[in-house]
Amino acid sequence: MPLIDASGLKADRFTNVVEAAPLPAGDVILPLAKLATDGEAVLARGDRLGVLLPNTVKLTDIAQFLDRLSIIAISFPSFADGRGFSIAKRLRNHGYHGVLRASGPLISDQLRHALGSGFDEVEVPDALLERQPLAHWLAGLATITLRYQRDTRLGVSILDQRRAARAVQTERRVAHAA
Amino acid sequence: MYRYDEFDARFVRERVAEFRSQVERRLAGALTEDEFRPLRLQNGLYLQLHAYMLRIAIPYGTLSATQLRQVALIADRYDRGYGHFTTRQNIQFNWPKLKDVPDILGLLAEVEMHAIQTSGNCIRNVTADHFAGVAQDEIEDPRPTAELIRQWSSLHPEFSFLPRKFKIAVTGAEHDRAVIKAHDIGLRVLRHPQSGELGYQVIVGGGLGRTPMIGKVVRDFLPKDDLLAYLEAIMRVYNLEGRRDNKFKARVKILVHEIGPEEFARRVEQEFAALDGPSINPDPQEVKRIAAYFAPPPYASLPDRSERLDAALAAHAGFARFHETNVTAHRVPGYAAVTISLKPIGGVPGDATSDQMRIVADLAERYSFGEIRVSHIQNLVLPHVRKDDLYTLWDMLDAAGLGTANSGLVTDIIACPGLDYCSLATARSIPIAQSISRRFADGARQREIGPLGIKISGCINACGHHHVGHIGILGLEKNGAEYYQLTLGGDATEHAALGERLGPGLAAEEVPEAVEKIVNVYLARRTTGEAFIETYRRLGIAPFREAFQGELHATD
Amino acid sequence: MALAKRPPLPVILVANELAEGDVVFRTATGWSLDHRDALIAGNAEAADALEAEGRAEMAANKVVDAYLVDVVLGETGPMPRHYRERLRVLGPSVRSDLGKQAEIAGQARTALNVSL
Repeated sequence: MPLIDASGLKADRFTNVVEAAPLPAGDVILPLAKLATDGEAVLARGDRLGVLLPNTVKLTDIAQFLDRLSIIAISFPSFADGRGFSIAKRLRNHGYHGVLRASGPLISDQLRHALGSGFDEVEVPDALLERQPLAHWLAGLATITLRYQRDTRLGVSILDQRRAARAVQTERRVAHAA
Repeated sequence: MYRYDEFDARFVRERVAEFRSQVERRLAGALTEDEFRPLRLQNGLYLQLHAYMLRIAIPYGTLSATQLRQVALIADRYDRGYGHFTTRQNIQFNWPKLKDVPDILGLLAEVEMHAIQTSGNCIRNVTADHFAGVAQDEIEDPRPTAELIRQWSSLHPEFSFLPRKFKIAVTGAEHDRAVIKAHDIGLRVLRHPQSGELGYQVIVGGGLGRTPMIGKVVRDFLPKDDLLAYLEAIMRVYNLEGRRDNKFKARVKILVHEIGPEEFARRVEQEFAALDGPSINPDPQEVKRIAAYFAPPPYASLPDRSERLDAALAAHAGFARFHETNVTAHRVPGYAAVTISLKPIGGVPGDATSDQMRIVADLAERYSFGEIRVSHIQNLVLPHVRKDDLYTLWDMLDAAGLGTANSGLVTDIIACPGLDYCSLATARSIPIAQSISRRFADGARQREIGPLGIKISGCINACGHHHVGHIGILGLEKNGAEYYQLTLGGDATEHAALGERLGPGLAAEEVPEAVEKIVNVYLARRTTGEAFIETYRRLGIAPFREAFQGELHATD
Repeated sequence: MALAKRPPLPVILVANELAEGDVVFRTATGWSLDHRDALIAGNAEAADALEAEGRAEMAANKVVDAYLVDVVLGETGPMPRHYRERLRVLGPSVRSDLGKQAEIAGQARTALNVSL
């Protein structure tokens, strides 16, 4: 499935593991149900470990693996269901530094919501990308360059830009007076 | 009032560009209607019964003469020469074309206006007391708070795909004129009982609609500095745990009800404690910067008594009647706030023509420092009028058909657009308002009755706020015909209450008579100076029900 | 949003034009703003065909929200049975100068006043 981040399309280095299937080699993203059973094995053999979470997950479900996960993918059953954005935020607030992937039928206009909530990348169905090519995704990101919220990972907020502008003005006044 | 800086201006222009692109991509088919719908709703664009409807934001109900003139221009150029003011202090146009909407938004952006988040499952227009900054019982002007929340909530990446809509209201006074107890979040500015520090009482889980509820206090005192972080905590709990299985159970009031207010508060406090306030909250300089825009206008130093006013009151009975109902006491000596009724007898409640808008804009410039307010009762307010100017102002309003002396009276009816316009409606509401208005047209009778708030909704979504009307009227359908259910005893103030059902539903033509019967019971049983709602509270619903049932049997 | 249950015959197909927003009626050749041009389906086959055309037109991004409406045939053309759909055909009852009723001859307006 196509993978998109702020710079464009990227290759997926992880293999998504289906629940019934045997564990493949290499870096994997396990379904939550298999994390407890197979997680340690993946780490032990030196591969990178990821997990795919439903958007009803509680942090406590994965707490013990949090600092050893390279990637967490969060399911979006529908683009209108914004729970994943808050899960991402909670994970970041909790100190998770790995990769966050939003996985599901998000629409191109939502790349900035995903990145602004703490995701690094979005994984969408092929058919959706046909209808909404990469150019739409990147254009969406480029159209809204300003935000009021201070704690998104999408650049300096308007409030902080104002503060910086005030500081420059004060500096200039001080320099003038000197 | 707030003025955009370069950042605010660029922000709305970017949003217009984004919407223009979204419309293009919809028309080209890159976005399906299902995908486009939330995007257009978040720009205030509905698909209604006859056409698209555009809901323009009037943040906390404050706008300038310049802005009102631009709205009038848009009404003329892109609509049918009128607009409708709503119960959330916004204005609606009923006939825009989708392809014209980006241009309309461009015109709005020119005057620092927008239609951002006036619909959709996101945080909506933050409403406030329409007498903000001028009311005598005010502790602090709620609008700087409202403006801060407006900025913080605009295009919020995390909170744009909520389970359902989210409405916030702020009041800065003892007496609640912003209906905060019927909002998802209601904020009341108050002073800490011990320290005297300013902060907020936080009420969550109010809401009207299919399951009306009065909000619950979740925090007795929240320090001002913590506001945005605390709101973030509430929104995150709601976004994660609000129901998404059933559209009619998806508001935060259902979550609060189902887990209980104490548990809800506990979860919010837990989330709040885990947040890094300093990285979320604005720095005090920013808060001050915003507040400075709401500094009082350059009031003249006047005595509180105005001889000109006194003389005019004595000489002109019509003006005296207007003064009694539509003029409100002001904090500053020699000034008053004037309510411009958009409820002429038999008219469409809350509608104003573009000509009327321009007249109000002119009058605002001349008599109110260029400032106008919109109230949730669907009237306009000129908040800073010299008492010396009241008679002249009224004379001009009267000439323009804007001088109806009925603020707060039985003909000052709130009505949603109803089935005449709205695709969600089950019945018409405006004709009911008109028929009641005509029935009670006599001014002397209206004044005899005194304050009586009738609120009419054309469906269970309750945009007409019928649950909190002294008399509430809900339009339904039965056997392929419209019929109307009456409730009594609702209250939209700090004594918030939901109305009680009076009895079986009525046909449209029976409604005015039923209201008459209710009013007559009140007039017969009230004590001296007792308002309708007070009599109702003292007597309960029984005597009203009796008269109502009697009325029903009489028509058998 | 197609109705789960088919309304009683005869029916017409009503939708909103995507770009303009106007209420439109499916005709033999396309769409019309005037309900009197509407193609009337008197049997199940014809109704099915109308619905299929509606779906195709929605997929082609021409209209949104196409659905069948049951009508009564009369001098003023096919008039919907239900008062909500009559309001859609004619316009707001509180502004006779707006909506289609203002464009159509007085007879249609009379129909609205009488039967609503």
